[in-house]
Amino acid sequence: MAPPRNRRPGFSRRAQYSLFAGYVVAVAGSLVGAVLLALSTLDPVAFAALRASVAEVSTPLSSGLAGVGRGIGAIPGGIGSYFAVHDQNAALRKQLAAQHALFLRARSLSYENRRLLALLQVRERISEPVVTARLVSSSASSTRRVAVLNAGSWQGVASGQPVRGPEGLIGRVLEAGPNSARVLLLSDPESVVPVRRTRDGVPALATGRGDGLIDVKSVASATTDFAPGDVFVTSGTGGIYPPDVPVVRVLRRGRDAAIARAFTQADTVDYALVQRAFMPPAPPIPVPAPQPKATATPRPPKKKP
Amino acid sequence: MRQARGPFDEVPDQSFRRFVPAITVAIGSALTLWPMVASFPVLPPFGLLMLLGWRLTKPESLRIWAPLPLGFFDDLLSGQPLGNAMLFWTLCLFMIDLIDQRIVYRDFWQDWLIAAGAIAFCLLLGRLVASPIGAHVDTGLMLQIAVSILLFPLVVRLCTLLGDDEEEM
Repeated sequence: MAPPRNRRPGFSRRAQYSLFAGYVVAVAGSLVGAVLLALSTLDPVAFAALRASVAEVSTPLSSGLAGVGRGIGAIPGGIGSYFAVHDQNAALRKQLAAQHALFLRARSLSYENRRLLALLQVRERISEPVVTARLVSSSASSTRRVAVLNAGSWQGVASGQPVRGPEGLIGRVLEAGPNSARVLLLSDPESVVPVRRTRDGVPALATGRGDGLIDVKSVASATTDFAPGDVFVTSGTGGIYPPDVPVVRVLRRGRDAAIARAFTQADTVDYALVQRAFMPPAPPIPVPAPQPKATATPRPPKKKP
Repeated sequence: MRQARGPFDEVPDQSFRRFVPAITVAIGSALTLWPMVASFPVLPPFGLLMLLGWRLTKPESLRIWAPLPLGFFDDLLSGQPLGNAMLFWTLCLFMIDLIDQRIVYRDFWQDWLIAAGAIAFCLLLGRLVASPIGAHVDTGLMLQIAVSILLFPLVVRLCTLLGDDEEEM
């Protein structure tokens, strides 16, 4: 089929002009697009307000869809557990009896631990939770790894706060809208988390790779060997992430750098806990208010020293 | 069943139909709202696919400036930096306009080839703009490009269905 010759719409001046104006608008608009692209590359949070306003509308939609998906996903498990309930009951009774002794011992240990801690006057800085919400969608078609959280500044979420799941760290809040927030996941190529090894406290940086895995790079002065199974937790350096949150487990042996997998694979099923930044940045130094104009108010009499 | 329109009947109101292409492109962009937290780029850029599908099957269905608002909407949802789709989608339509001048009579395979080039162009440039060069996203990106190119015939099918529906009225 021959395409319509839309370059020459006929003898109508109006049609010709509107076609020409269309091209002018398209060229000008693409230049505007290039400028916007440059601006948002230089300052990634420049257009946070625009994105937040769209997310306000889209987040309830994703959240509702996720709820439907969870409901449907729970049906097979519900049926299965209905039939297995007798066997499970017997097995659980047996397990309970077996663990009673262990429980008593744990209770005495816990009591002893509390006493020893009180003796040591350990003062732990516990970062308080802000809100618990679900991740509802993500940038699935982009090479960035950003998820949308179903809570925003009305619930107390602010940019820079750490987000963790039940098993470990998820990421941190990038931009917060009134009722939704964008979370930079650990696996994003621009996410860097200061961590340390649980075994011996070797400091390292966990950098996202972009393919779901995470690079752990040693920052210690001596060469460090990473073995598979090494567990890294946040070190608290930098003041964003609270210390001792599990982050990654190393997959392959490496020297000074190794590939690791995050403990929490972010999912729409689990809850995400937003916490306050471990050490929030100091408030800005107050700028002295500008003096009112002399014409508006009479100048106060000057005192000579 | 719809009554066939006689030769002297009034033309039905088509004001809504004019917006069907734009609306389907916007719906394609909004598919990233699907509740799923991906760990690598899994979702093909459906907004771009719909745009190319409409432009290549029915060239007059979208104005030359249409990718500006549509790309703006896509940028707000996709997580790419703002201006990414606005710029690259418009460049794609300019290139297709140029190709229209050279190859007037095209078959479907040539259209598919053009769409493949446009998809690869947009996704590769989007990756360069959004993620640092050292990021290990290229394998996922190649897969995403391949899947998007293979999905293009389906999208063309969808556009033809919607477009035929439009002409029947």
